[in-house]
Amino acid sequence: MEVQHVNVKFFAADSRALDLAGFIGIFNEWIRERVGGELLVDVADYRHVSAGPGVMLIGHQANYSMDETGDRLGLLYNRKAPMNGDTGRRLAQAVRSALTACRRLEQEPLLDGRLKFIGSEFEMLLNDRLLAPNTEETFAAFEPDLRTLCSRLYPSAVYTVQQNTDLRERFGVRVKAVGSFTALDLLRNLES
Amino acid sequence: MKASNQFWRERLLEEMPADLAREIDIYEMELELRRLGKIDEKVLAETRLRRGVYGQRYDNGQRWDGEATRQLQYPSAALTKGPSTLWDAPGMQRIKIPFGGLNVRQLEVLADLAEEYSDGIAHVTTRQDFQLHFIHIDDTPSLMRRLAASGITTREACGNTVRNVTACPYSGVCPDEVFDVTPYARACARFLLGHPDCQDFGRKFKAAFSGCKSHGCGLVNLHDLGAIAVTRTGNGKEQRGFEFYVGGGLGSVPHQAKLFDPFLPEEELLPTAQAISRVFARLGEKKNRNRARLKFLVSDLGVEEFRKIVLQERATLAHDSRWTAFLKDLAAHAETALKPAAALPPAFRGAASPPGFDRWLKTNVFSQKQPGYAVATVTLPLGDITSVQLRKLADIARRFVKDTIRTTVEQNIVLRWVSEGDLPELYGALASIGLGQPGAGTIVDITACPGTDTCKLGIASSRGLAAELRTRLAEQSHQMDQAVQNMHIKVSGCFNACGQHHIADLGFYGVSRHVASYTVPHFQVVLGGRWTDNAGSYGLAMGAVPSKRIPEAVLRITGRYVADRRKDESFQDFLQRLGKAEIKKLLQDLVSVPSHDVDPSFYADWGDTRVFTLGDLGAGECAGEVVSRVEFELTAAERQVFESQVLLDEGEFQKAGETACASMVQAAGALVKIFLPDIAGDADKILGEFRTRFYDTELFFDPYAGGKFAQYLFRAQQRAAGPYSAEVAHRRIEEAQLFVEAAYSCYGRLQAKRMLPLDSGSAPATAASPETA
Repeated sequence: MEVQHVNVKFFAADSRALDLAGFIGIFNEWIRERVGGELLVDVADYRHVSAGPGVMLIGHQANYSMDETGDRLGLLYNRKAPMNGDTGRRLAQAVRSALTACRRLEQEPLLDGRLKFIGSEFEMLLNDRLLAPNTEETFAAFEPDLRTLCSRLYPSAVYTVQQNTDLRERFGVRVKAVGSFTALDLLRNLES
Repeated sequence: MKASNQFWRERLLEEMPADLAREIDIYEMELELRRLGKIDEKVLAETRLRRGVYGQRYDNGQRWDGEATRQLQYPSAALTKGPSTLWDAPGMQRIKIPFGGLNVRQLEVLADLAEEYSDGIAHVTTRQDFQLHFIHIDDTPSLMRRLAASGITTREACGNTVRNVTACPYSGVCPDEVFDVTPYARACARFLLGHPDCQDFGRKFKAAFSGCKSHGCGLVNLHDLGAIAVTRTGNGKEQRGFEFYVGGGLGSVPHQAKLFDPFLPEEELLPTAQAISRVFARLGEKKNRNRARLKFLVSDLGVEEFRKIVLQERATLAHDSRWTAFLKDLAAHAETALKPAAALPPAFRGAASPPGFDRWLKTNVFSQKQPGYAVATVTLPLGDITSVQLRKLADIARRFVKDTIRTTVEQNIVLRWVSEGDLPELYGALASIGLGQPGAGTIVDITACPGTDTCKLGIASSRGLAAELRTRLAEQSHQMDQAVQNMHIKVSGCFNACGQHHIADLGFYGVSRHVASYTVPHFQVVLGGRWTDNAGSYGLAMGAVPSKRIPEAVLRITGRYVADRRKDESFQDFLQRLGKAEIKKLLQDLVSVPSHDVDPSFYADWGDTRVFTLGDLGAGECAGEVVSRVEFELTAAERQVFESQVLLDEGEFQKAGETACASMVQAAGALVKIFLPDIAGDADKILGEFRTRFYDTELFFDPYAGGKFAQYLFRAQQRAAGPYSAEVAHRRIEEAQLFVEAAYSCYGRLQAKRMLPLDSGSAPATAASPETA
């Protein structure tokens, strides 16, 4: 199975104090500053739809959004361009990109420290139903690389992996670790 | 861009209708030819537009970032998919939904496509289409295949073609309709799709159907071709027909459609549409895009003269069995309900109803003419629905109705044939996925074109303004006067009127004004348009107001109406009585713009933090590229040569040789059609005409090689059946390539010498031959 188009979402700890309108300006600033060395193209505002993509930064390689799907606000990284390397490398790249964006937002002066991400839980999905149908076979093929990644993110911590059960949905898992982890913790763990 | 693109064709081959599968293969090959530099960017632009693949803002590789216009450095920077349109830049895919009709499987497919190729949002347009944005062109063949497998084609969704055929979404269930226009709209869409007589237009062509004259659900008056159901009695029998209109259209110069025939019998619907198409292709403007819509032709000729020409054309048409075949099984497409009819239980009326249900029931539910059933409107803010909602909506539809789902021109979705007894449960299900908002068809149900969000022509943020108005008005809508609640607001990002601002009570379109050294977003206020009576009248511009003051302008205008109207006075009548001068006075103080130092918010648009600019405006693709039928067919011949090369590489020598021969006939046919547009595809006939008109006259002769390339054609056709060894096939392909090139050269010489019957390269049936030109 070829793993491509990896999506990763880290959830905000508390979304009540946040006005999504603020992210329009922040993402425009990311485009202006060309952060991350990626080609960032535009900002799309979907605040008017319920439990939707919120505010999205459209890129060529990937999209970043302050996403409200499932009525849970979080930073969603959506890799669009195919990646080189083996599966483990691709998963790690997606998580690293998502966490880097999370850290950048946590440090954003305009948000005044109001946005923190939960490191102990994330969603990962593969945005390609043909390459990665939502089946047990996909899970079996994907799980070893995911567990390798999780052991790097959560060294010595217990974690669970739960597969999305709706067969019409894209293949996806939710990872939950026991203990408290920040986005910065995970980034450090990933790099160590 | 998707890693799976190479696999979808094989996976879906058995599920796609063969003709759609073949068309998508051809399109994919054309993309490949463009990558190889073998197709001109202008031709590819029109090719993709005709498949609904549209450009999007910033696809010229530039974007204003608030301080400066910066280059967007895409990986394949040198490759274009149209003039000033970069290959890698995100684009839009328009998906035609004839009469807005959808089934649950199609909802699910659209949901999948929105999240896999787009940004998780599917957008319903003001013409009952769906649009997906931020799509990479490399993904479009896969996307089209997945749609084709669910029975949807994107063919002719854009470009100079017959666009989506729209119809009242209540057709078949509306108590006020004369009869159900659905089967007629379906037949019209199928008949005109890909019809040879519709391939050479100077601009787009839109058709709409309505079951009644009074409501606004079909908007017949703003279409190139509009049909309103009517009946008459003859010989003691009721006969169905249409009050038939032509030449309507919005845009910067709106035209009300003209009555073509007060009663066009149903059997004359398709042949008349065909005749109109032929006249439009032949006499419509091709050079000046601003005057190329049918409305200008009708206006220039006058409807009487236009009718005369069309009826003459009608008389020359060879009979086509499809004209009336669909009439035999009109009833076969009749919808049925999933559940038995039932009345809404009294317990769910008034105070005992669940929270929000009463308001939703009042605005979003419409009793069908079939007792015990209702149409429920799913209100989509700005026409947007998430992929998650779309999939869950499919589940809800399965639970309550059959495949009786339609999109509306108000950018909503309706579920038809809901048993009224199920309405509370349906409301609960919709509300649980964020789709239970009330206010369908009221002042909060604002329609808007994409505007500056994604459109290259957008001047101001129509969606930003619509979202802001929606939020503010929703807060107070339940306290509003009923007359105000029933108003329509429509917003366009520019004068091209995709948001249909002309037909709203309160319409707005984006403009700009210079203030000091800044450009400030404004909206022109257009008042008094009438949505009812099938877009019965168009509003008039009253002056430009800064974008940020439009909400205040809305409150002021509606407030004055409530305060000063006479009993039962309509908004249109009220405006008439008030007079333009008084209305301008009402808005006068809102026109001013505070200095940037005092309030910088006026200098940025809604939903945007960048300082406003017009610098992001690009060349629009609404008009498509004028590519003549000859150029299209020569491109098709070139594609066939390429296909034969692929077959040769695959060891299919026989097929390769035959395809190469076919490409030569295709190219010869393209030239012959300059003078004989209706010539059939028969190879012998084409060869004969080619010999007479191009070889014997030496028109085809190359200045240096003389008639050599034509000889390739004649020889190849003598041996068209083969057999083909690798060597023979290879030689034939070489010859075919040279012949197609020679055909291009010949066409170029004819153009240069102005020997074409029409400059566009297409010809009327009566065109003079080159000998006499």
